[in-house]
Amino acid sequence: MAKTLGPVKRKFSPWTDPSAVPFIRFENITKRFGTFTAVDNLTLDIYEREFFSLLGPSGCGKTTLMRMLAGFEEPTEGRILLQGKDIRGVPPYRRPTNMMFQSYALFPHMTVEKNVAFGLEQDKLPKGEIAARVEEMLKLVKLEDFARRKPNQLSGGQRQRVALARSLAKRPQVLLLDEPLGALDKKLREETQFELMDIQTNLGLTFLIVTHDQEEAMTVSDRIAVMDKGVIVQVATPAEIYEAPNSRYVADFIGDINIMEGTVAATQSALGAHGTIRIECDGVSVSVDQECQAAVGDKVAFAVRPEKVRISPDKPVDSAVNAVHGEVWDIGYLGDFSVFIVKLDDGRVMRAAQANVSRLVDRPITFGDMVWLTWPLDAGLVLTR
Amino acid sequence: MKSSRFDATVLTLGFAFLYIPIVILIIYSFNASRLVTVWGGFSLHWYQTMWSNQGLMDAAWVTARVGLLSATLGTVLGTMAAMALVRYGRFPGRMLFSGMIYAPLVMPEVITGLSMLLLFVALGVDRGFWTVVVAHTTFTMCYVAIVVQSRLLTFDRSLEEAALDLGCPPVKTFFRITLPLIFPAVIAGWMLAFTLSLDDLVIASFTTGPGATTLPIKIYSQVRLGVTPEINAICTILIGLVTIGVIIASLNTKRAELRRVHDEHMALRTPS
Repeated sequence: MAKTLGPVKRKFSPWTDPSAVPFIRFENITKRFGTFTAVDNLTLDIYEREFFSLLGPSGCGKTTLMRMLAGFEEPTEGRILLQGKDIRGVPPYRRPTNMMFQSYALFPHMTVEKNVAFGLEQDKLPKGEIAARVEEMLKLVKLEDFARRKPNQLSGGQRQRVALARSLAKRPQVLLLDEPLGALDKKLREETQFELMDIQTNLGLTFLIVTHDQEEAMTVSDRIAVMDKGVIVQVATPAEIYEAPNSRYVADFIGDINIMEGTVAATQSALGAHGTIRIECDGVSVSVDQECQAAVGDKVAFAVRPEKVRISPDKPVDSAVNAVHGEVWDIGYLGDFSVFIVKLDDGRVMRAAQANVSRLVDRPITFGDMVWLTWPLDAGLVLTR
Repeated sequence: MKSSRFDATVLTLGFAFLYIPIVILIIYSFNASRLVTVWGGFSLHWYQTMWSNQGLMDAAWVTARVGLLSATLGTVLGTMAAMALVRYGRFPGRMLFSGMIYAPLVMPEVITGLSMLLLFVALGVDRGFWTVVVAHTTFTMCYVAIVVQSRLLTFDRSLEEAALDLGCPPVKTFFRITLPLIFPAVIAGWMLAFTLSLDDLVIASFTTGPGATTLPIKIYSQVRLGVTPEINAICTILIGLVTIGVIIASLNTKRAELRRVHDEHMALRTPS
């Protein structure tokens, strides 16, 4: 199945279809705990079979939002629609959602198979059917040999799989995952991310995942909602979030980026039309080709990702590209990439990342070298928010 | 070496102070002589007469029934109180409620006993077996509440949320998930309640009536007429029961520890 994953995912984009009916709809949701507002007038649509991520730092309200969908919290204002039906007042044990808890919350006094069977027993399914489903689930997470063990006889990774099997056993319409892979080490986490995607595609379920790990969100999701202080800052596909962040917050939160504050000096086109914008950033003048969303004199930020900045000892011949001059101050060698931290002539710092495509141990550019950083007009971004 | 000899001396003296009276009591329960303080040779005579002492046996039976009933009722109520205190956040009157739960802990028993007596008199209840049960339930439930409450404070609530999430209604969740997991604390609370009820003299003597003499009351009233070796015998049996209880409890703790170590090792192994 993994082979068909790519093309299937790429074709899947119900959010671009205006006639598509959202599977889950958060409508003007506000949640207050005393005087603290955890979620602030938030509206969000999630579509069937989507793998959707809520991404943000701790305390941004993402977990509260998920817990409201599961039924553990009721919104203070607004409503949640599941397949068009308002689910206010429906207790958690009657909601067609299942949750995988951050702590896994496995029942310590029950064996692995009893844990997985627990939800099915609540539905009063016949014994044979329960046994068959439990077996199927344990096979799915590759834990057939561990059925008779108690949770405390398992390693962290195995417990996480049991938790996943248990939450999937009832075939919930929506699976909620609360920081599901937080406790695993990096290798295991990456493996599990791909397994989660496989399972989601194979079972055709809607997954809603809460995470503060941007790499995780980028890897698994169809769309990501970046949250901050109870509001959604941007909802988009991983690529859009990375390449076209709508604000300084999102640009800074996702990946590495150089940001310079400045003022719009000239625009070539009208608002909303495509053209070149020139920005003065305290003596450094940069140009960006993009849809113009600022007028001359506006305070904006210029941003460019380090991997889009080229580093070279020679002055660029092409005067159309952006170029700044500086001294190599520090080099971070990451194996696949090297990150050069360059101190510009005016003291500001910019980063440039270069893929280490050749097996050279001694790099041509080293500490203290005077270098030129260049990037094409369409590499940078103008951030108005 | 010197300091360790000092330690050993202190330890010996301490244990001697605690246990010599008990050891003497046990030894004299096997005394053939009628006089408590004169050793007349080894004999099981007093254990035989004890069984045929109807008054003493009745009292023992009353105490056992009061203990079982009040400990069980106190455990149910105490567990419910602990749940209310830990789970329902700030409800109106929570401070008052928690204060009232703890009051019997610090209240002198004489006052608890007297107030119970006044209550029963005011209600016009005939004092007897059931009034002792009620009184014991009242004062033991607070001990249970404290034991169970401390367990509930460390209870991972996401376990209950997981059960709810999987379609299990709240009451069933309590019996399937919460209760099995806090059961050791509930049992400990029950045993504490049972022991407290077993050796209570003050409250029982205030609230009891004709035909419901508990063992402590019986022993106390007999001792006033002079200690008989029979009393020594029954006390020895009580000590034996308590000792067995303590040994079972510590063996259980030891076994739980061994199982935990075993489980941890198992987690690192894959089945063959």
